Parts: sequence; structure tokens; C-alpha cells
Amino acid sequence: MSKKTGLYILLILALLISAGLSMGLGAVQIPLKEVIVILGKKIGLFSEMPISIQHEGVLNIVRIPRVILGLLVGAALGISGTAVQGIFRNPLAEPGLIGISAGASLMAVIIIVLEATLLASLSNIMGYYIMAFGAFAGAGIAALIVYQISRTDGKSNVATMLLAGIAINALAGALTGLITYAADDQQLRNITFWMLGSLAGATWETVISLLPFVLVPLLLLPRMGKALNAFSLGEIQAAQLGLKVNVVKRNVVILATMAVGAAVSVSGIIGFIGLLVPHTIRLVIGVDNKHVLPASALFGALMLTISDMICRVIIAPIELPIGVITALMGTPLFLYILVKDKKKLVI
Amino acid sequence: MLIADSLTFEAGRRSLVKNVSFSIRPGELLLILGANGAGKSTLLKMLSGEKKPTRGLVKLHNKEISNYSPSLLALNRGVMNQQNVINMAFSVSEIVTMGRYPHYKNNPSVNDTNIILQVMELTGVKDFSERSYLTLSGGEQQRVQLARVLAQIWDVPNALLLMDEPVASLDLQYQQQTLAIAKMLTKRGFMVISILHDINLAAQYGDRILLLKNGRKWYDGAPAEVLSSKNIYEVFEIDSDVYTNPRTLKHFFIPKDVKITS
Repeated sequence: MSKKTGLYILLILALLISAGLSMGLGAVQIPLKEVIVILGKKIGLFSEMPISIQHEGVLNIVRIPRVILGLLVGAALGISGTAVQGIFRNPLAEPGLIGISAGASLMAVIIIVLEATLLASLSNIMGYYIMAFGAFAGAGIAALIVYQISRTDGKSNVATMLLAGIAINALAGALTGLITYAADDQQLRNITFWMLGSLAGATWETVISLLPFVLVPLLLLPRMGKALNAFSLGEIQAAQLGLKVNVVKRNVVILATMAVGAAVSVSGIIGFIGLLVPHTIRLVIGVDNKHVLPASALFGALMLTISDMICRVIIAPIELPIGVITALMGTPLFLYILVKDKKKLVI
Repeated sequence: MLIADSLTFEAGRRSLVKNVSFSIRPGELLLILGANGAGKSTLLKMLSGEKKPTRGLVKLHNKEISNYSPSLLALNRGVMNQQNVINMAFSVSEIVTMGRYPHYKNNPSVNDTNIILQVMELTGVKDFSERSYLTLSGGEQQRVQLARVLAQIWDVPNALLLMDEPVASLDLQYQQQTLAIAKMLTKRGFMVISILHDINLAAQYGDRILLLKNGRKWYDGAPAEVLSSKNIYEVFEIDSDVYTNPRTLKHFFIPKDVKITS
């Protein structure tokens, strides 16, 4: 069995176990065995075994959607981190870096503050989905601006793209700050909680509103492993190998934006997963994107499930924002790569 | 056959390449020489399809290069670039494998794998095939890039190989080796065009030398004709003596000291 197969099996097993454990954790503790029985009943297994109705209700309404949401958001952030790093040809690039997250969060904050007044009619029509679409649009607009700015002569310049991302981040941050002055106390609390990232809002509706935006990138991005490998040789070299460089770049940016924007819209800004996950995977199985892409999706899902468990348990019954946990793990790594590679990293 | 027909490239008001025409047949090794800024790299980029000429056209196998799809072009010509920056820790064999990307969709065939091993052996990178590219020296990296480009066109009849200063950071042994590989490829029917700085190396291996000066073709011919004190002075502005190697009867040159008066 190769190292890669081994990693896939290990990741899937760990994912199943941690998802099961996570479903059992919280104010109402449900043992893993009972979680398995309740889940089994849904597909016709263990029909003769007795279960607690209360436990089943908690799982159905709260725990299962929350765990699924964590899996989807984690997979989305993990795989789009890898994809964006491939396009940027730089292991430090993270979706947050090119302004995708900032654009999404700006739109979300606007919606939180204005929903009750200006956007009331829109909110009536779109109902629950207004946040998802708003954040996705914000992410898309930010990505589009950065992408357009960085293009000259039909090619895009990675250094300009990174700098434009910094500018967009600063602008979106400033506007977000400005808008919070118009917020009331309750809205401020919402915004703060949301800016730090949280899966607490998980319901079946959130899961369903997120699902298509994450499934499409999860299905399509792993097919671009070869293209992203060629990209790492350089854009000119990739073109010389017959790659339609601009098409690849556009598709990857759209798919990554879709995944990150949608994830941000349901869970707020959860930073550093897109950095932490691909880096760790590369340390284990190397840098071939054919494997790093799918493995990043799996590991991202695992990381977020575990982080979510930690933030629910550590100061129970109070819940920490999940972004705090991921940033605490991610920042040291970011600095480590920066220091280790500062001589080698060329844009 | 490759035909360059009245190639001109203008950037703003400046013409980097002016009205350059030549052609090359399968089995020929053409070396392009000229001073810095003479337009060598720009000319090569027009030949590879990377830059569109302002005027003129490039034909490869009787078909204009701009009419090739990127993937078809990749199956017919390889390019060894002057600058190759990689930030991801790919292994040597993974990089060489990328040279075969135009030939397979998901997984390399047995033929692909054989070619990869063959070119790694030929370029002397097989011993460190599992090492990370990032840990290699400049010369080793250059040999890996050469192996990648060779893998790309290895089994393509009459393929075109373009190289921009392929020996820039190589030691003497691998300078000779690289040119010997280029020569060997022409024996298999390849067309090889390479930019070089070393006149003696060019005279030693080249079938033809193309001298460029200020974007214009200054001379195009066999090394024995091109290599004269007069041509060298006109293109590089240095005085030199040109001799004939009594064993190979090939020309070589020795530059005279340049006097700087302070």
C-alpha cells in the first residue's frame, strides 16, 4: 500500500470517528455507540435496538447539521487553499490573501446591519439565502477586481495580484469598520461573532444552501491537479506544455471563490485552514496536486470538525468562536514558513 | 522545417527585432549569437509562439505557428527557458514527468515512463531523481529543466527544440554535454535552435551560426564562414585572433585584451 493510499484511508477513518464523536458532544452527551445506532436506523440498520427519542431529536435538529456544515466548510477551505496556492505558485497564498474572505465578510456585515431596514423587501423574497448570496457576491466581486487589476497584456502578474489583494483587504476592512458604527448592540454582537467564525448557526437550511456551492468545486477542482502542477513551472512554461493558462486560471479562481464565498457566508471568517491544511498534506505526501487537492479537502474537513469540537468543549457551556482556534494553530505555522523560506520565496 | 519570414518585433517605438528571415531543416543545429540586447531572446520567443511578431510570420511544418492550438504546438516543439522559478518542492522525477503532460491525460503510459528514465539518464539527473528541486544547485536545476523539455519531444519526429542560453550556469563538462545532446538530437531528425554566448562552443557544435546585431540578421552561415575576426569585431566590438584547430579543422577564437584607460 502506498503512502498516499494509506493517508486517504487514515483521513477517512479519522473523519468518520471525529464526526461521530462530535455529534455526541455538547450539553446533552450522547455516547458514540448510540450515535452510530441512531445513524444506522436512518438507513435501516439496528431497527430492533432501542434509542432515546430525546437523543435522536438532538442529533437530527442540532448535531448532524452542525457536523455536516463543518465537514463542508472545512473541505471547501482546504481544497480552495490548495487551488489558490497552485495558481499563485506560492505556498503562502491563502484565499483570504486575495481579498475573497474580506469581500464576503463586507457584504455579510452590510446585510446584518441593513437587513431590518433598507434590505427588508429583498430579505422577504430571498429569506434565509440572502446572507449566502450576499457573501458569495462580495467574494466574487473582490476576486474579480483583484483579477482585473493584475492583468496586463492578457497575462496576469502574480505580484500585482497579491498586492491588489492586500489593498482589497484593507479597503473591505475599513468599510466594514465604518458600517459597524451604524449597528446596534445586538447586531454588533452578531458581527463580532461572525467575524471570528462559527458553526453555531448550523441548521439543515444552512447545510442545503451551502451544499451546491461546495460540491461543484469539490468535484471539479481535483481534476485540475495536472494543470496546477504545470502551473508551478511558471505560466510561460505551462503554456509551452500546451496549457490554456488563462482558462485554467479563470476556472480555478471561480471555483475557489465559489467555495470560499459560500463557506464564509454560513460560518464567517475561519482563517488559516486554507494555509494549514495544504502545507501539512504536502509535508506528508509531497506536492503533486493530483493528490494534494483531494487530500486537502479531506484534511480540511477533519481539521474543522476537530476545531469545532475543541471550541465547544474547552470552556463549556460557553462556546469559543472557531476562528480563534484555527488562527491560534495557523499563525505560528504561517510565521514559520515565512522565516524558513524567506530567502527562497520568489514571486 | 521551420521558416522565419521577415520577423519584426516592436515594443513601443523601439524595434527589438528587425526583418529577420531564415529557415532550418530537420537535422540542423542553429546557434544564435549576438551582444546583449541584440534581440536574441525576443527572436526565440517569436519562434516559440510566446510572442506574436509585429510583422512577419513563423511557419512550422508548413503551418503558421499562430494557427497551432496550444496542445498541438506542445506536441511539436519544446522550449528551454532562461529563467525557471519554482516555489513548490517537486521532486526531480515529478518535474521531468511534467514534460510528458502533453502526451497523456491521467496517468503516464509505460512509454512515457521509459522516456522519462531515458532523458534523466542522458542529462545526468537520474542519481538525484527523488530529491526536491528546491535543494538542487543552479546547474543541476538547469539539467532537470533540460530533461523535462527533452521528455516533451523525445519521441516526436522532426520536433523543434528551442533553447535560450541552456549552458548559462553549467560547468564545463555539462556545457559540452548539453551541446552534444543537442547535436545528437539533430541526428535523430530534430531541429535545434539555441542561443549561446560562447563562440567557441558554437563553432565546435553548430551546423550554422546566426549573428544578430541591433535586432538585424548580421550573418547566417557555417561556423567556418561566420567565425572571422572581422565579424566578431563588428558584432561584439572586441579584437580577436581566429585559428583553426589542426585536429578537427574547426575554427576557434581567442580574444585580445581590452584596454581600459582611466
